[in-house]
Parts: sequence; C-alpha cells; structure tokens
Amino acid sequence: MNNITKNYMDIRYMDIMASGDSLLHRLDPRAKLITTLLFIVAVISFDRYTILAFIPFFIYPIVLISAGGLPAGYLLKKILWVSPFAVLVGIFNPVMDREIIYHIGSIGISGGWISFFSILMRFLLTVSAALILIALTGFNAVCQALTRLGVPRPFVVQLLFFYRYIFVLVDEAERMEMARSLRSFNSRSMDFRTFISIIGHLLLRSLDRAERIYLAMRSRGFDGNIRMIKTIKLGWKDLTFVAGWAILFIVFRMNNIPMRLGDIVMEVF
Amino acid sequence: MHMADALISPAIGTTMCVVSAGLIAYSCKKVRETADDRKIPLMGVLGAFIFAAQMINFSIPATGSSGHLGGGMILSILLGPYAAFLVMASVLVVQALFFGDGGLLALGCNIFNLGFFPCFIVYPLIYKKVVGNEPAKGKIITGSLIAAIVGLQLGAFMVVLETLFSGISELPFGVFVLLMQPIHLAIGVVEGIVTAAVVIFVWNARPEILNAATHSKQIGQISITKVLLGLIIAVVILGGALSWFASTNPDGLEWAMFKTAGVEELESEGWIHESLSALQKKMAFLPDYGFKQNEPRAEPEASSELSWPAIEPGTSVSGIVGGGLTLFVILLIGFFLRRRKVA
Amino acid sequence: MSHHIVEAIDLYYTYPDGTVGLNGVSFRITHGESVALIGENGAGKSTLLLHMNGYLSATRGGIRIGDYLVSPNILNTVRRSVGMVFQNSDDQLFMPTVFEDVAFGPMNLGLEREELNNKVMQALETVDAAHLKNRPPYRLSHGEKRSVAIATVLAMSPDILVMDEPTSSLDPMSRARLIKLLKTFHHTKIIATHDLDMAMDLCERAIVLHQGRITGDGPIIKLLQDEELLHRSRLEKPLRMQGCPICGSSIN
Repeated sequence: MNNITKNYMDIRYMDIMASGDSLLHRLDPRAKLITTLLFIVAVISFDRYTILAFIPFFIYPIVLISAGGLPAGYLLKKILWVSPFAVLVGIFNPVMDREIIYHIGSIGISGGWISFFSILMRFLLTVSAALILIALTGFNAVCQALTRLGVPRPFVVQLLFFYRYIFVLVDEAERMEMARSLRSFNSRSMDFRTFISIIGHLLLRSLDRAERIYLAMRSRGFDGNIRMIKTIKLGWKDLTFVAGWAILFIVFRMNNIPMRLGDIVMEVF
Repeated sequence: MHMADALISPAIGTTMCVVSAGLIAYSCKKVRETADDRKIPLMGVLGAFIFAAQMINFSIPATGSSGHLGGGMILSILLGPYAAFLVMASVLVVQALFFGDGGLLALGCNIFNLGFFPCFIVYPLIYKKVVGNEPAKGKIITGSLIAAIVGLQLGAFMVVLETLFSGISELPFGVFVLLMQPIHLAIGVVEGIVTAAVVIFVWNARPEILNAATHSKQIGQISITKVLLGLIIAVVILGGALSWFASTNPDGLEWAMFKTAGVEELESEGWIHESLSALQKKMAFLPDYGFKQNEPRAEPEASSELSWPAIEPGTSVSGIVGGGLTLFVILLIGFFLRRRKVA
Repeated sequence: MSHHIVEAIDLYYTYPDGTVGLNGVSFRITHGESVALIGENGAGKSTLLLHMNGYLSATRGGIRIGDYLVSPNILNTVRRSVGMVFQNSDDQLFMPTVFEDVAFGPMNLGLEREELNNKVMQALETVDAAHLKNRPPYRLSHGEKRSVAIATVLAMSPDILVMDEPTSSLDPMSRARLIKLLKTFHHTKIIATHDLDMAMDLCERAIVLHQGRITGDGPIIKLLQDEELLHRSRLEKPLRMQGCPICGSSIN
C-alpha cells in the first residue's frame, strides 16, 4: 500500500469515526471546538519545567476517547507519526541545559531533560486534543461551527469544497500512481519527469473538473451566494460541557494536583 | 516544517492566530470583491489537488531522499494571491485536524509561515517581477527558483523566531538558524524546480490557462504599503503581547534564569554543549534573551504559585507519589467509561 | 411557460479553438416526448445538451425552450425549466451531505425551512434515496450517486429533463432500477446515450447525430433497423436486435 492510499484511508477512517453516535458526538461542534482550544491554551501556558502538573490534564483526552468509543491505539500511532519535528527540536534541551534541578534519591536530573519531557507531554496532550476533536465532530460540523463563530463565509465554503473533493482527487492520484508503479520495474519511487507529468495531468483534470462543477452549480440556479442550512443549536448540554471542562482546566492550571495529593498521602503515612 | 503546539507559548500562539485571522478576513474581502464565482469551486478543487499532490513523492537523484510539492507558489500563479492564501490555509487546517501535523493554536503560525510569504511576498515581489506578462521558459524557472527559495527561507526564519520567543525549547538561536536555513534552502530549490516544471507543463499543454491567470491579476494587485503596514502592526502587537506577559508573570525563561544561581552544576561540560555554546556566543543576536548561560545571575525571587515548587528531597518523593496516584485515578475513570460504553 | 417545446433552429456552434461542434441542427420536441440522442463519441451530443440550459451560446441560430429563445439574460428562467443530469455524478454532488446537495437548487430558488424540507424529501423518496440524506457524497456507491444526482435536479421541479449517459458504469441491477424509475417520469426527456437498449425502453423517438449534423430523426424502432443509417453514423444495432447468441434467430 503506497503513501497516498495510507493517508487516504486515514482521512476516511477519521471521517467514519466522526459519524459515530455517542453523547459526545451529538454535542454542538462549537462547544467541542471551544473546549479543545481552552484545553490547548491551558496546557501550553505552563512554564517549560512542568511535568507533574500536566498529569491531571490527561483526563480530558482519556475521558473523551473512552466515552466516545474512539480507538486509542490508532490515535497514539498517529501522534507518534507526527512527533519527529517536536522531538528533534526538543532534544536540544537536555544538550543545552545541564543544570541539575531535581533529585530522585541520589540520581540528579538536569533541567534540560525535564523540559524535554515537558515538551513531549505537551505534544501528546495538544495533538491528541486536535485528533479527538475531528474524530468526535467531523470536518463538516467543524466548518459549521466556524461559520457560526464568525469566520468569513468565503473561507468556510472553500474549506467544505476542498474537503469534499479531497476524496475524489486523492482517488485519482492513487490510480495514476498505481498505474505508474505497475509499469515500473526497477524503481519503487518515481523519477522527476514522471512525477511532473502525473502532477501536471492531475492539475489539468482538476481544472476541468472545477469547470464542470461550476456548470452544475449554475445549472441549479447558483448566483454567487452559497446558502447554508443552519442545523446546529446550542443547548444546555453543550454549555454544561464547555463550562464544566473550563472550570476543571482552571483548577488544574492553578494548582499542582499531583503535588497536593502526594503531600496528603505522605502526611498520612 | 510545521510548528507544533508543544513548542509555542500562549502569547505567540494567540498573536499569530490574530495575525493570520486578520489576513484571512482581508483575503476573503478581496476575493468577494472580484465577484468571480467561478473561483469558488476552483479554489476548493485546487486545494484538494495540492493536498493530493503533496502525497506523491518522487526521488531526488543523487541524494536518495524524496521530495514533494509545497504548493503556495503554484496556487498563487493560478488563483492570485488572496485566493491562494485561503487555499493554503485550508490545506493546513486539514493537516492539523486530521494528522495532528501542526497544532491547532499553532495554525496561526503555520498559516503565516507557509501562506503569507509565498502568496503575499515572494509571488508579487519576485515571481511576477521576473516573469512579467510574457512568460518564457527561462523566466519561469528563474522566477520560481528565487521566489521559492526566498519564501521558504523567510518561513523557516519565522519558525525560529516563534520558537525562540515562546521559550519552551532551549534551542539557541544560532544553532537553530544554522539547522533550519540550509535545510530549507534545499527544500526551496526543490520547490522552485517543481513549481517551474509544473507551470511549464501547463503552459505547453494549455497556454490559455496561464494567460487567463496572468490577465485576471489586474484585480488582485497588492499594494506594498498595505503589506508593510500589516507587518508593522503585527510586530507591534507581538511586541506588546510579549512585554505584557513578561511583566505580569515571570515566565519560564526568566524563572529558569533566576533559578540558576545556587543550583548544583555538572562537573564537566560535554564537548557538544561547549561547541554549541561557543557557536551561539559568536552568533549572539539577543544575548539577553535568556539562553541558558552558565553565568551567575541575581538571587532567585520567591517563586510564584505558578512555578515549579521548591526542590527538596521530601517534596520530590511526594511529587512522584501524587503524580502516580493522579494518573491511576484518571485511567480508572477512562476504563470505567469504556466499560459503560461497550455494555 | 406554455407547452414546453424544445426547438433547435438551425443551430451552429464552433469551439473557441475553431473546431466545429454543431453544424446546423434543427428539430422540434414537444411536451412529454421522450427522445434519445444517439451518436458516436464526438458527434456533438454533449455540446447540444449544453445549449439547452444556456451554458453554451450558439454561434448561429438558437434554441427555444417554451416561449423563450435561450439567451444570456433569461438563463435563470431557462434553468428553472430544464434540469440537467451529468455524466459524472461527482461533478454534480458538491455539497457536504446528500440533503444539502438536493436542497441546493430549491434554496437558490428561494425555498426555506418546511417547504424546502418537503421538496427535498419528496425528491429523495422518488429516487428511493431518503435513507441517504445525511451521507456525504464520497461515501455513496456509483448507483447511489446517480440516483442522488437525479434527485438534485428533480427537486427543482423541471419540466424538461436532460440527461447525459445516465446508465454509464452502472451495475445491471442499478441500471434496471434507473430505467424503471425514469419510466415513471412524465417530463419531457432528452437522453444522450450509448445504451441503445435503454433508449428503446424509454424513448419513442431518436435523433441521430453525426459530425455535428442530424442524420436521422424519427421513431426509434424504425431508425435502429435502418442499417445504412447506422453504418453511416458509425453506430451499431442495439443488442436486443442483434441475432440471438444461442439459437441465431433475430427479431425484425
């Protein structure tokens, strides 16, 4: 299975996940979008040496994954797949920052390693939040949320068309790539000339397709305004969702829960 | 390279989001003004095209590595800068949501780094100036190459600045620049060549497309003064937000600096650290901005409630205990919810 | 509009690059007729269809729909009467969900809320696709896409249905279902097709195009038995009129 097919299946899978039917799926997309953003801001607002204080935040992705029936292993693999850049940048922290600021027994841990680990945790939390958002909401609903939140029409309409035709175009690209590879015997990856030819043809076909779509739109009375049906309505369930998580995030942000918990436990013993 | 949420601070994230949002709103306004409703399906389909094209890799001869298309330049040539910017933004949105490639808050950064420079800077100021109204093979290649290289250099540099000002990564400015710029030089060359080749392909197959594209540009003229004005405003907002943040909370960077004093140091520095430090000193651009220098600083101030608690033997154990306990509770909740869902 | 007559009056069309698409086409189709437009690839079928909803403007001559001569200023009126179904369903289904696609046309005509909902569901039920209303188009099968594409056009209550290769790439069952469905429509039907057997099932009349000109216009059964005409226009007899592959006898 080549690269294109893999990505294609990925998007398809996420799209199918979004049509699930859990309590979370049925929430208003604006509520989920806003909560996700609050989560991300809360997480990245910690200073670079934070580790313990991050732990309570894991409740958000874990609860959402469990209650939404999402495949945890699959999402984890996706997160791993995009981690290289963050890891590569982060790995310089232990190199540059050698001050020991922590002790476990007699082992000293440098600030660099702590901030590196902190980056990893941030990464895990923020990326999972984004993937979970789309897995529970679906792209079209997110676009609806965007319009209702004030994002300009031309941009959102364009997003919807873009998404709708990803499947068609990736399918075309896939077929061309398959046709090419079936006739190539010595190389797995294609050479430049073939690449340009495939891309070029794909582009020309896309332009023709756009023209035909425009024709279809005009044939059905299109006059320049895309009208959208408003289907989402904010209910008390949605508001409770946002408010509840927001309060939790604030509490987690202001207090280092694991430390407090640990102190209490140590006191008991 | 896509910025990740893990590497940015809220200040940088929100500032860049505001900047990008402003650019999107402005582009939407401009696209509406052209009143060419053909653009609507065209933008969507071309976005899907770029997305699909980015999945196709080709091998770069003599290097053994593979390259692929970025797209900002081709989009600008076919759609004009404003529409192209919106399309690039869409591609990035989908990448962030479906692949986690580039964070949600970091979208502001990524849209700016990968959209603003190709569409609003290098396309009008370099490509169009070189190619003009009469395209020719040589001009297209030169224009694409220079534009792509410059565009990517600027984008890469922005990534460095955004990471630097966020203070989460401790990568020194000098080192980061030395890593990013050469890599993106190579990427820029590839992008330029691919863009030129595709444009020439289209030009040979269906020249009327290119002609239509160049002539419709009359409507989409960019005013350089407006662009510069926008940039200045962005810088002012950025600077303001940063200083506000720095003054109200001792952010991680400064806290780290204060904490340096009175803390045990390693006996010997590794040679990597030494050479990098030396390099960084030579390239010191903002020496006071808090690169981790092993120099004595002022006495540590009382840590605010937002910072790391005092490091003492007792607390480190309870920290670990508390952490473990919290995690355990969370996993339990997750397990319970999963059981209920399945049942 | 009174009796929705479709009339081509000495229609000529030349492409921007100079190729001649239509070379003087004239015919008259009356209300409720079902006409098959047949011819080889490149004969000008699609070009002719595109004149019927005003997408292409004749170089010379013109097309009349009902009382109006099709021209750029009355396109909206024309498009309200003429519903066109394309060969490639993907080009026709561009909204995020089936419901929104079918609603696109009526919404542009000004319908809202309940009226809109009724119109859409009615169209979907006619093509037996009501259960697909929340599906995104990229998760439909070929046959389902074809049905929904027809629904998108039906929702505008056109008087004249124009279709370009409606049965192409459909599996046998979907094809049979589609033919059954189209039989129930009382609209004027103009169907460009290679599927001559379907044409015989649905249409009483056929117009044969060859190199931009009409080479035959009349009752379909008679036309399809005219071997000389078929040969001249580079066509073949429909399968049902060719010899039986088993016993060799043929229907005439």
